[in-house]
Amino acid sequence: MRCKNLVDVGRRQFLRGGALAAAGAAAATVTTAPANAAPANAQVDYPSNRLANISDLKVNEPVDIEYPDADSPGVLIKLGQAVEGGVGPDGDIVAFSVLCPHKGYNMSYNGEDRTLNCPGHFSRFDVESGGQQVWGHATQNLPQFTLRVDGNGDIFAEGASDLIFGRPSNVL
Amino acid sequence: MAYKRQIDRLPIPPKDAKVSNVTCHYCIVGCGYKAYTWPRNKQGTLKDNAFGIDLSEQQGADGTWVAPAMYNVVKQDGKDVHLALVPDKDCVVNSGLVSIRGGRMAENRPSRVTGTQQQRLTDPMIWRNGTWQPTSWDDALDLVARVTARIITQGSEDDLVVSMFDHGGSAGGYENTWGTGKLYFQSMKVKNARIHNRPAYNSEVHSTRDMGVGELNYSYSDYEITDTIVMVGGNSLETQTNLFLNHMRKGLENGARMVVVDPRRTVTVNAAEEIAGKENVLHLAINPGSDMALFNAILTQVVDNGWTDNEFIKNSTFQDGEAVAQDDAHPAGLGSLEYAMKTCRTSPEEAAKICGIDAADIVKAAEWIAKPKEDGSRRKCVTCYEKGVIWGNDNYRTIGAIVNVSLATGNIGREGSGCCRLGGHQEGYYRPSDAHVGRPAEYVDQLLIKGGGKIHHIWACDHYKTTLNASEFKRVHRRRSNMVKDAMDASATGTREQQVEAIVAAVNAGGLFVVDMDIIHSQIGQNAHVILPAAESNEMNLTSMNGERRLRLSEKYMDPPGQAKPDCLIAAGIAQHMERVLREMGHDKYADQFKGYDWKTEEDAFMDGYHQGNPDVTYDRLRAMGNNGVQEPVAGFKDGKLVGTPRLYADGKFDRHGRKDKKALFCAAGWRGWQAPGKAKEQADHKFWINNVRANIFWQNQFLDQDNDFIQDRFPYPFIEMNPDDMAEMGLNPGDLIEIHNENGATQGMAYPTDTARRGQVAMVFGSPSGSQGNVVNPGVNELVLPDYKHTWGNIRKLADATPTAKAVSFKSKEYTA
Repeated sequence: MRCKNLVDVGRRQFLRGGALAAAGAAAATVTTAPANAAPANAQVDYPSNRLANISDLKVNEPVDIEYPDADSPGVLIKLGQAVEGGVGPDGDIVAFSVLCPHKGYNMSYNGEDRTLNCPGHFSRFDVESGGQQVWGHATQNLPQFTLRVDGNGDIFAEGASDLIFGRPSNVL
Repeated sequence: MAYKRQIDRLPIPPKDAKVSNVTCHYCIVGCGYKAYTWPRNKQGTLKDNAFGIDLSEQQGADGTWVAPAMYNVVKQDGKDVHLALVPDKDCVVNSGLVSIRGGRMAENRPSRVTGTQQQRLTDPMIWRNGTWQPTSWDDALDLVARVTARIITQGSEDDLVVSMFDHGGSAGGYENTWGTGKLYFQSMKVKNARIHNRPAYNSEVHSTRDMGVGELNYSYSDYEITDTIVMVGGNSLETQTNLFLNHMRKGLENGARMVVVDPRRTVTVNAAEEIAGKENVLHLAINPGSDMALFNAILTQVVDNGWTDNEFIKNSTFQDGEAVAQDDAHPAGLGSLEYAMKTCRTSPEEAAKICGIDAADIVKAAEWIAKPKEDGSRRKCVTCYEKGVIWGNDNYRTIGAIVNVSLATGNIGREGSGCCRLGGHQEGYYRPSDAHVGRPAEYVDQLLIKGGGKIHHIWACDHYKTTLNASEFKRVHRRRSNMVKDAMDASATGTREQQVEAIVAAVNAGGLFVVDMDIIHSQIGQNAHVILPAAESNEMNLTSMNGERRLRLSEKYMDPPGQAKPDCLIAAGIAQHMERVLREMGHDKYADQFKGYDWKTEEDAFMDGYHQGNPDVTYDRLRAMGNNGVQEPVAGFKDGKLVGTPRLYADGKFDRHGRKDKKALFCAAGWRGWQAPGKAKEQADHKFWINNVRANIFWQNQFLDQDNDFIQDRFPYPFIEMNPDDMAEMGLNPGDLIEIHNENGATQGMAYPTDTARRGQVAMVFGSPSGSQGNVVNPGVNELVLPDYKHTWGNIRKLADATPTAKAVSFKSKEYTA
């Protein structure tokens, strides 16, 4: 179960960006013949995808996002108070993957204590502490998306802190 | 701010990656994994890989995924190889689930490439010139053998104190318990021994064994088809994670009810409520230490309402009054149900008063366990228990009272039933007889405190973190071992003979010569004079059995670090050097006792030990049985497969006590309040009950996780769960560093506000490297030297505001909320 406020803005654009990046990554990893070996970048190139505008966000009302591509659901939240890693004028906007990094179940947001909770096996993550696993079975904290806000208040995702569940590379 | 791995891509195992069977070595459940290893310069592709799936697609929930913690670069036959350690979907234990512990086995491997676990010991070391210096095996073992041989021939084998694991999994297993057991119980008859987590060499569950009921008698699948699960002093979602998630959960989803007996509300209670609904979960938050009264009242309800299984009682239990009288070795009498009832009879009201819960809830628990269904059929019930009672008040009688209820209701040996401990480590015990140790066994940690023993051999034990009365133990152990360090420093330029003379003189003057076998330089290892590096599971082949007696071979897929060796081969090395030195000393006959250790591999030790008692079982046959292995006892070998035993006592004959009549005995579990000395006064004199608890994040592998950034980021200091009102009253904020203190000592941790913590009760994580809960536990044990770690009272004071590290930690509730 995910939150319902799906933000559609910019999806088409980021899908395109994601697909291009994926093609690049695939070319780097699929190649086997030494004669054709293409130099791969040392790190994954992330798409820069517009998620929303600051004016779309209300405090503690998360919106669904998809990043770096449509198969990777996430959530964008304005917390109302500055947190480490938060962006925007109030330093309070964060975004996370909502696929539980234990077994990939979709997590739901508990607005009361601001945690993401996994119905699969009862893990929970604190969105106010950088996605730290409060309790659970995942062997990492929640992938947090790197955000940038431009002069118009548009929020862009441009990276991820950890490997997203269910993929060998964050950009496929 | 949470720890970020900053990893966004991992190598893919190629189709021809080598695959090894792995049983997770951390906890009793023993989840199955597959280890994929492949050369450093090879990789699979998104479409063509070892998993045979299209990795260019997002995998769905429960899909195959290698998390960064499941990956590392390790040494295999001297070469760097990639390692991916993936849960096995075909293993019936975990069905592809991972715990936060097992899922990190790969990153908790030593790797000089990725820099993980550089705390692992790599070379034998001897205390030289004021520090530990690396040396060869021969040099180190020569010193161990010379000092040991001198002392035990001059005095007796009673001067040698041995602390040694008795379990399976990481440090143990059939190979290593045999190697150490053969050395100390066959070549020698060492009496002053103790086990890794308690101060004597004894069973943790004497009473159930004396009643005829071995403590691991069911299959995990019994939880899936039972009507009621009773959990006493256990917290399986946290500590046997995939037993709860893969088996108990299915039972609850199939309509089972659950009774949880625990003074503290745990994540297990919360998850059970989520799965089964609150109306089907009964949490009996009893007063600490009152379990026996509760189970006596439940038994009384069962008997008085005629819910007993009379056929079972008649055919399978003793009928004629008293069978075993109470004596020094038996803290309660044993006999027929009628005999036990004379002592156990307790009304719900009496028990309610002792336990601090409603009498109606006691009646309800009895009904959930034993009241026949509407169609008249009997309810099936699985009962499980662990440290809450094992390390609790009056261990013998309390566990007896629990087993009584299972026996009276015929809930042992049948499908959907069982009465078992949940367990900590896996099992893997195969040793010569320990009868010479005696019962009650020597209270070894007190013996050391009182100046007894001259040599201390320590095998993967760290008393610093896992003993009671730890403050005093540490002071004395350090003082006595320092006497020997001083003597070694003073004779540093002498010959080996002169050095041995100096050591012998120091121990005869009250010192202690300490030899520490471990995988890391432990805290008690700081007192060691010789340190010998051991291998872990998968750096060697290792056999163990899990909590449903499932025996597997966990295969070697990497080299041990440096010169590290399997414990069984270290024990063999000690034996060989003992033989040589004793012969040199002219003790030919004694030297002969140390023959028979010409093992080249751990398999040789397995064949010399376990295989001798279980001739059907070999490495090849176990390898063929894969991650599902075979449930012990192994009944034969047929059609190319080992034949196992799904549950014990299916024929209604009970033999764990060794009685010829094979009748189970009931326990006359007479309630006597606090059994261990000093508990009642300590309770009266202090404000807080100091419960000690486990955390899923590092239980059973905290010694490795002290060097794991992901874990240290979550709990940089041991947590002490506390009621928020108690914290407010004391002016404490989340993460503040607090000290728990009483007459036994002091320890510290960080305050973690928890709504469900009762006022006046705190729960401190056990076994932490940076805050030993045992410091404040008094020396009180039961008649058979079982420690009562769980009952400690102390006062609390603030030491410091939360450090920046502690302030970054989340202090939110650990309970899942949708």
